[in-house]
Amino acid sequence: MAAVQETIDQVKSIDVTEYKYGFVTELEVDKPAKGLTEDTVRYISARKNEPEWMLEWRLDAFRRWKTMTEPTWSRVNYPPIDYQALYYYAAPKKGASPKSLDEVDPAILETYKKLGIPLREQEILAGVAPENRVAVDAVFDSVSVVTTFKKELAQAGVIFCSISEAIQEHPELVRKYLATVVPVTDNYFATLNSAVFTDGSFVYIPKGVRCPMELSTYFRINEQNTGQFERTLIIADEGAYVSYLEGCTAPKRDENQLHAAVVELIALDDAEIKYSTVQNWFPGDAEGKGGIYNFVTKRGDCRGKNSKISWTQVETGSAITWKYPSCILRGDGSRGEFYSIAVSNGMQQVDSGTKMLHLGKNTTSKIIAKGIAAGKSDSTYRGIVSAHRKATGARNFTNCDSLLIGDQCGAHTIPYIEAKTATAIFEHEATTSKIGEDQMFYCQQRGLSEEEAVALIVNGFVKEVLQQLPMEFAVEAQKLITISLEGSVG
Amino acid sequence: MAIVTPLKTAAEQQLVQQYADSKAELPGGPAVRKLREDAFAGFESKGLPHRRLESWRYTDLRTLLREARPLAGGAAVTAAVKARLDALKLDGLRLVLVDGVFAPELSTLDAIPEGVSVQSLAEALVSPREDLTRILAGPSVGHDDMGLALNTALMRDGVFIEIADGIELEQRIVIVSLASGEEERAVFHRSVVLAGKSTKGTIVEISEAVGNAAQQINGAIVFETGDESEIQHVRIVTCQQAATVEVQSLLATVGAHAKFDSFALICNAGTVRQQHFVRYAGEHTEIGLRGVNLINKAQHSDVTLIVDHEVPNGTSRELFKTIAGGEATGVFQGKVIVRKYAQKTDGGMRSNALLLNDGASMYNKPELEIFADDVVCGHGATVAQIDGDQLFYLMARGLPRPQAEALVLQAFAGEAVEFITDGDVRDLVIGEVESWLKAREAASEVSTV
Amino acid sequence: MLEIRNLVVKIADEDKQILNGLNLTVNDGEVAAIMGPNGSGKSTLSYVIAGKEDYEVLDGEILLNGENVLEMEADARAAAGIFLAFQYPLEIPGVATMTFLKAAMNAQRKARGQDELLTPDFIKQVNAAADKLGIAKDMLRRPLNVGFSGGEKKRMEILQMALLSPSMCILDETDSGLDIDALRIVAEGVNALRDKSRGFLVITHYQRLLDHIVPDTVHVMSKGKIVKTGGKELALELEKSGYAAYGEAA
Repeated sequence: MAAVQETIDQVKSIDVTEYKYGFVTELEVDKPAKGLTEDTVRYISARKNEPEWMLEWRLDAFRRWKTMTEPTWSRVNYPPIDYQALYYYAAPKKGASPKSLDEVDPAILETYKKLGIPLREQEILAGVAPENRVAVDAVFDSVSVVTTFKKELAQAGVIFCSISEAIQEHPELVRKYLATVVPVTDNYFATLNSAVFTDGSFVYIPKGVRCPMELSTYFRINEQNTGQFERTLIIADEGAYVSYLEGCTAPKRDENQLHAAVVELIALDDAEIKYSTVQNWFPGDAEGKGGIYNFVTKRGDCRGKNSKISWTQVETGSAITWKYPSCILRGDGSRGEFYSIAVSNGMQQVDSGTKMLHLGKNTTSKIIAKGIAAGKSDSTYRGIVSAHRKATGARNFTNCDSLLIGDQCGAHTIPYIEAKTATAIFEHEATTSKIGEDQMFYCQQRGLSEEEAVALIVNGFVKEVLQQLPMEFAVEAQKLITISLEGSVG
Repeated sequence: MAIVTPLKTAAEQQLVQQYADSKAELPGGPAVRKLREDAFAGFESKGLPHRRLESWRYTDLRTLLREARPLAGGAAVTAAVKARLDALKLDGLRLVLVDGVFAPELSTLDAIPEGVSVQSLAEALVSPREDLTRILAGPSVGHDDMGLALNTALMRDGVFIEIADGIELEQRIVIVSLASGEEERAVFHRSVVLAGKSTKGTIVEISEAVGNAAQQINGAIVFETGDESEIQHVRIVTCQQAATVEVQSLLATVGAHAKFDSFALICNAGTVRQQHFVRYAGEHTEIGLRGVNLINKAQHSDVTLIVDHEVPNGTSRELFKTIAGGEATGVFQGKVIVRKYAQKTDGGMRSNALLLNDGASMYNKPELEIFADDVVCGHGATVAQIDGDQLFYLMARGLPRPQAEALVLQAFAGEAVEFITDGDVRDLVIGEVESWLKAREAASEVSTV
Repeated sequence: MLEIRNLVVKIADEDKQILNGLNLTVNDGEVAAIMGPNGSGKSTLSYVIAGKEDYEVLDGEILLNGENVLEMEADARAAAGIFLAFQYPLEIPGVATMTFLKAAMNAQRKARGQDELLTPDFIKQVNAAADKLGIAKDMLRRPLNVGFSGGEKKRMEILQMALLSPSMCILDETDSGLDIDALRIVAEGVNALRDKSRGFLVITHYQRLLDHIVPDTVHVMSKGKIVKTGGKELALELEKSGYAAYGEAA
């Protein structure tokens, strides 16, 4: 109940439709000309001092992208994106490629401080037990500004750095695994990303290593009219374990901003990757002006036997969300999980879900998706669970529930359940309802205000997913959900 | 993005030719002719439904119809057809279609009760009433469906039944649609049932074939039922050739404070695609769509439905049970739409499948599309095998495995069958299910999962 | 007579061995109790005797009246006279209890070369047996075990035992989930079926069931074997001292 009270206080202290991460940091930045040509791709590659093979890879992706068309099957509406009106690279001028935090522009450090993400290790260490430490890779527009705790991680053999650095320092790993889960031409946005990705995180956990701390990346879009195309690659070698967190925010701007990321996870034999996202991109204002277009391809490959990949996402931001974190259950006995909370309010449109593709024998998967739609928003769960002919003993359990608040929103469920082996056991349940008047009355009769009652009931509704998040993020996510729903009742 | 598909398959070209050749002789006045033209123009721009169309994702007619068979021109009343009709035990007002053409001499027209009128659709089309033209145009939810469009363009006959306000049918109406099956033919038929205010009754549709030639059947039945009516529809599709491809559309518009139930049994058929387009014309109405699909060998059963809640206070229940053996494929695609003003909608949809052996597949896609907040909607879909613990329990009581399986399977199917309120019809359906299971038991087929 | 010799059993798809060379004899007319801690393999033993497929017999044999039953399917074992009263009777939605009872009785009669029961005789038999166990007619019309309380399910098991008149009855934790009144009714039902041609194997964790169904012999099972055999006083002893002496926590 303490958390609930805290949530309520927080809600009361802010204005309706307030997005508290909406400030802009004034910086001098490096940008190429607007628009996307082969030259833009060359510019990005050159700025990053990339080897020739990487440039060729990007150019190939760019050429393929030009032959593709934007997908239209999802349940989202937006005016056509003018890909020539965007900037594809933006890096703070001051202290480019910093060697240490002292070289980072103080304005950026101040930005992360305001966002509640301290980057100075001594600040993080103050009063935090070692097991609760979190290593952070901070990505600001197109570049990674700093990665913390690199030394400690290196002692354990863990590689945690920006993908740009990995291309320089660990080309053999990058070449071995990049685009092996999300092929270059997987989809329109993934191909675009392959051509122009700017930065992102790279993680490699060697055989048998349990990563000694949580790893996280914090993405911030600051510049106007700038697309962010991050690329993340995480590899857990045999028997390794890693828990990775991702957070995102952007300033309030009247224009829509494009974010098209690709995240690839690879788990080898007996490895486990836990990937959590708290996505809080600017959702646009109450009239639907501005906000991030979030077109993301996230996919995990349980390549080894008995490997496990678990996705947890709390989605409260973005004007448009188009995102299906998926698992390819290739290894025998592998397991995929997807836990999701998607909160939409105002004019937000969410089309999100997962794919669980059972290929190996005795693979299991679990999907828990909770959608909460308020205001004039539209929320769609779209998912595929399929068992290949040879995936004997495949098991899936899916539960997707939607909660509607107000009569202007929509909630939709589009699951595909495909069993091509007779030994599969698939169970799928879905419900859509509103907060029960009886429940509300009961809570109010016990003295809770309407707002408190909604917060309480919503917290109960999403609890199963919140429990999957590391403790401090769960509290954060819970607050975020309540704030996102602010003004939706009454 | 509209998928524009040039007509390129042999079957598509043949259909164009057939339409051109036969449109002059297909029945209908100018209004009907225009309907046919519009529908066929739609077909010409889109072609046969194929797997890239979301609603036909799992039943690709382009692949299934390699060639379009010649249109059946009239009823071939063979001895086998007569024998089958003699053997049919179900009482009631019997209306017989042979090869899609109404055969009054085989029907029991003297049994038409007061307040009920029956006409052949071909006759009704000649100078159709204004409302019939509107009804034939179909609801908007089915407009872009090419299976239905082909039916509109090429329908030759069927029955047009009207039940006057306040009439409660004492005996059921049985529409028997037989394919003579002497030659491979394409059959396009449509029946229309207008049931007035406060009517009650059961309409049974039986679709069978007697000969050995595979058919291409495209049938449709349209219901418009009035306020406070209680109409039950039961369809049995059986005794078809393995290579027969059958598309059956059900279109229903149901009045206020009414009940409409439809049940369909598919067994011993080839490829069957059923599509239900159902909408509410008034509040406080309950609609139930249910069915049992018994498939084995290379059989294919696709149930695709759209239930459109356009008004408040509607209740809908869908329950489909699929038992698939051999190399059979079961498909269930259900979509419940709750529009913005359809508050207090209560929707529940379930699809359960049991797979009996490797090789059998099941595809489920239960969709909810909800724009109103004060609703209770849910769906469930399961794919599994016969419960091993249940089987063991029955066998530990002495039941041999095939018998134990039959009992479990019958109970599984029974959950949907029990909603049929007409006792004789329910018994007929149970009998069909039992004989399908008996045949399996006799062949000592047991599940190998 | 049931004879089990050196029975070694593992779970079919796993390496886990549950029974490790178990020996046991239950004579006609004898009521034998097996007691043991959770996880000692008691339920596995009952399933393996009845022919559940999830287990693999690695060694040993199970003889019913001298005939090895291990090659027989579960239904054939039932017809041969083995009856297992389940710890958790299965719910079978859609199958009316009467339909099921008739199917089971006739299947066994058929297997023994007897004619099918005439419906009036069948109903008479069921009603008589149901009355004795206090089973309401309404229960017989409902789908098998669906929505039955714990006590109702156990009574239904005993009803089936009475109707199928097996020669070897195995009761797997029949007392679990029963209050004292239900326990008494069930025990009385079992006692009424005791006679010199019929053996009973009563599996239980607690002694209290044995107050109502008094055994001739008590076996203690631990780690997949019978480790001690005695008279009914052994049960009382166990109640006091627990299973700790047998190398396992209770």
